[in-house]
Amino acid sequence: MTSVRAAARSALCRLLGMAVTLLVTSFLVFSSLYLAPGDPAAFLVRGRSPSPDELAAIRQQYGFNDPFPVRYWHWLDGVLHGDFGRSYLFHQSVASVLWSRLPATLLLVGVSTLMIAVVGVGAGIVGALRRGTRTGSAVLLMVTVGAAVPSFVAAIVLRSVLGVKLGWFPTIGNGTGFVDQLHHVVLPAIALSVTFMALVTRVTRSAMLDELRREHVEVALSRGMPRGAVIRRHVLRNALGPIVTVCGLLVSGMLVSTAIVETAFGMSGVGSLLVQCVDELDFQVVQAIVLLVVAAFVVVNTAVDLVYPLIDPRVRAAGGAR
Amino acid sequence: MPLLSYEDLSVLLPGMARPVLDGVSLSVAAGEAVALVGESGSGKSVTARAALGLLPPGATTAGQVTVDGCALIGADPATVRAVRTGKASMIFQDPRAAINPVRRIGDFLTEALRLVDGRGRAEAEARALDLLAAVGLPDPPRHLRQYPHQLSGGMLQRVMIAGALTADPRLLLCDEPTTALDVTTQAEIMAVLRALQQDRGLGLLLITHDLDLAAAGCDRIYVMYAGRIVETATAAELLATPRHPYTAGLLGSSPPLHGAPERLTPIPGVPMGLLESAPGCAFAARCRFARPGLCDQSPPELAPVGERLVACHLADSILSEVDR
Amino acid sequence: MSALSPTAPRSPARGPLTWLRRLGGGALLKVCVLLLALFVLVALLAPWLAPQDPTFGDFASTLAGPSAGHWLGTDKGGHDTFSALIEGTRTSLVGPLAVVVFCTVLGIAVGLFSAWRGGWIDTVLGRVLDILFAFPALLLAILAVALFGKGLTAPVLAMAVAYTPYTARLVRGLAAQEKVRPYVAAYQVQGHSAVFVALRRLLPTIMPTVLAQSTVNFGYALLDLAALSFLGLGVQPPTPDWGAMINQGQAAVLDGQPLSAIVPAVAVVLVVVAFNVVGEHLGDRLAGRES
Repeated sequence: MTSVRAAARSALCRLLGMAVTLLVTSFLVFSSLYLAPGDPAAFLVRGRSPSPDELAAIRQQYGFNDPFPVRYWHWLDGVLHGDFGRSYLFHQSVASVLWSRLPATLLLVGVSTLMIAVVGVGAGIVGALRRGTRTGSAVLLMVTVGAAVPSFVAAIVLRSVLGVKLGWFPTIGNGTGFVDQLHHVVLPAIALSVTFMALVTRVTRSAMLDELRREHVEVALSRGMPRGAVIRRHVLRNALGPIVTVCGLLVSGMLVSTAIVETAFGMSGVGSLLVQCVDELDFQVVQAIVLLVVAAFVVVNTAVDLVYPLIDPRVRAAGGAR
Repeated sequence: MPLLSYEDLSVLLPGMARPVLDGVSLSVAAGEAVALVGESGSGKSVTARAALGLLPPGATTAGQVTVDGCALIGADPATVRAVRTGKASMIFQDPRAAINPVRRIGDFLTEALRLVDGRGRAEAEARALDLLAAVGLPDPPRHLRQYPHQLSGGMLQRVMIAGALTADPRLLLCDEPTTALDVTTQAEIMAVLRALQQDRGLGLLLITHDLDLAAAGCDRIYVMYAGRIVETATAAELLATPRHPYTAGLLGSSPPLHGAPERLTPIPGVPMGLLESAPGCAFAARCRFARPGLCDQSPPELAPVGERLVACHLADSILSEVDR
Repeated sequence: MSALSPTAPRSPARGPLTWLRRLGGGALLKVCVLLLALFVLVALLAPWLAPQDPTFGDFASTLAGPSAGHWLGTDKGGHDTFSALIEGTRTSLVGPLAVVVFCTVLGIAVGLFSAWRGGWIDTVLGRVLDILFAFPALLLAILAVALFGKGLTAPVLAMAVAYTPYTARLVRGLAAQEKVRPYVAAYQVQGHSAVFVALRRLLPTIMPTVLAQSTVNFGYALLDLAALSFLGLGVQPPTPDWGAMINQGQAAVLDGQPLSAIVPAVAVVLVVVAFNVVGEHLGDRLAGRES
């Protein structure tokens, strides 16, 4: 069918666009090293006395004697094979340092995402349906305050109230074993979610309000459809587009905020690793994390673009141009 | 007892100077096609929606609307839903706005059957296919899988009509069903409506601003101005000899379908807004016959003039002039 | 100017108090405006307002509660929290101000140029902005610290770049709408240069909306810079700064003494709420959707 072929072509275009964007961003991240003052090789090993092996590894990875494009190509080749260079702080490969820290961060991000989706969207729905009532105003107030509570402030309040005063949750560290880890991650996840929850609530609420005003909603009611079904099938369903779009845009902010939350709660993860490595001048690790965060943002938002036609079939007709 | 009857229905919105509807009485018998004609803002859409229990938010009402024995004003939700799901259906002006753009046509046609009547998907779809064929769409199985944006306005209005028929209503309310369509499609849609109405013996209330369209498709016509019925008669009579100056004005301002086009005489002025009110006849300010001291003093009542009802202080005295 | 000269729509003249009255809105908005004015005043007068030297550590009274000597208590280094809060206002507001000024100027330049030239330049600039969107401000600031060392200068510049796409997008959209309006063509027909029309006639008409966006940006920039200082990568002690104060105070949270961290945290939240409320109200009013 022609429409299937058109959809496949538009998906292919998006994937190509993603590849180009990833290429450009990786180039930017790579060349940022050359913005640093002084000799780049000296910059990478400053404050340390590297072994000859390590120095050779740097020269190998960055190829400081090659022309710039060749250097980039070698570096990119390494990155694509999972070789991000060596960490001088940990004396192992950057990849293995990241790999050991990743599960904790993924758990934190996963739990936060769940909270944002359930509470954020839920509160947005309630805020729209109860507009003008006490509940509706409460949701609005929550949005205004929540959007202004940074994760490091939320962390302090949560630790001192739920952690220290009430003693319900541990206030520091990752925990061991799945249940204990989950217990440890609750407060960090809330701290990480607050701002983004508020944003998702706001977008959900305004998208729901926009859709509630549509004539087809009144028409569905005039056909005797139960109100709950109309809200679900015609209001929430149609409001999904903006909600999914904003969730995609939040990804980068969330990943960066793990640095704050993990530091505040003394957790060991990729976020706290980033801060530690900036602090202790391990640029190779910093560069790798920056690259991964940016790549995650690009990939997630391409994925959002790809599923968007399923959410709004009109986009499909417009040749995928949005 | 008529299928649909309005008894002295008044609707008042907060902050408005005059009622949106002011003592509207109107009836449609089973199998009868009736038109309600008026300019935009005259209250005709509010009238039609009241028959489904859809009133503007914050409205206060007086009088009653009855559909097939169910009184709607002050009715409990169950009664309102009973009317909406089996007695009356509405066809809206703009099918693009009235059908959810992100759901398939099939979903629009079957959702009420599945979610309200609790029928199975296959049964609901079979019925939807029948109805799509009945409204004259060429390829029902394909349309069922299509999205609204893939259909033209005329096709979509046929879908809308099919959707209105899924619940097997006895009364069809049509709110400007052809206004959003181009001229050739308008005639087709009216033909479909008329055929369905006669085949199925439906009561039909057509809301339109187009007096000729009303006369072509309906048995009786009510003319509405500023929330009041100003004249009602059979279609033929009304078109031949309008008695109310406003009806005459409506006729004078639309080009004749047959015969040589004469000079059109538009009605001077603009319709009275909801923020204005007049102690006398609402039309007096635009009426070339209006007599100071009479028409601007008290509102005229709907009174019999021959076979019909007219609300005009001068209904008797200006008969001869309007005739010319 | 001749009577036939087209005039771009202008905002009416206003004095400071009529401005507050004309702002409309509810009590919340007025409180927020006054709060911001208060913080600006404190920032300007900080050295005269602070009762003590916030860099002086009184080791005789560390982590003390509120008292006559220390209104808001002291932190674990014995620094007076109230004085640090007042002195910290300055650094905490100057950083975001610099970010917003840079990103507004840069955004206007890029946005106007893009809209004015149109065509492939517009397309390419649009793609570049898209790519910049992938770099969150805080991440770029952290990268800047990794490259140039701790402090305020490098992160502020990096964040200005990260915020530019938001302003540039807005300006481009507004300017593209304005560009096709008759008054722009009329000025050009009269022989005014494109730069003159763009900067002196078109820009003033879209400026209020841009400033509303910048107001909201200010709040976010303040959050990001405070976060950076909280991570110990931004403003360095003993320079007083809210983010750094929270960082210093958080260790004491576990000892059940959260006051020295809570005080600057409240200040951050208040300022950000105020900026958001004012910025959004301005935006709503300009878009004509006052609720």
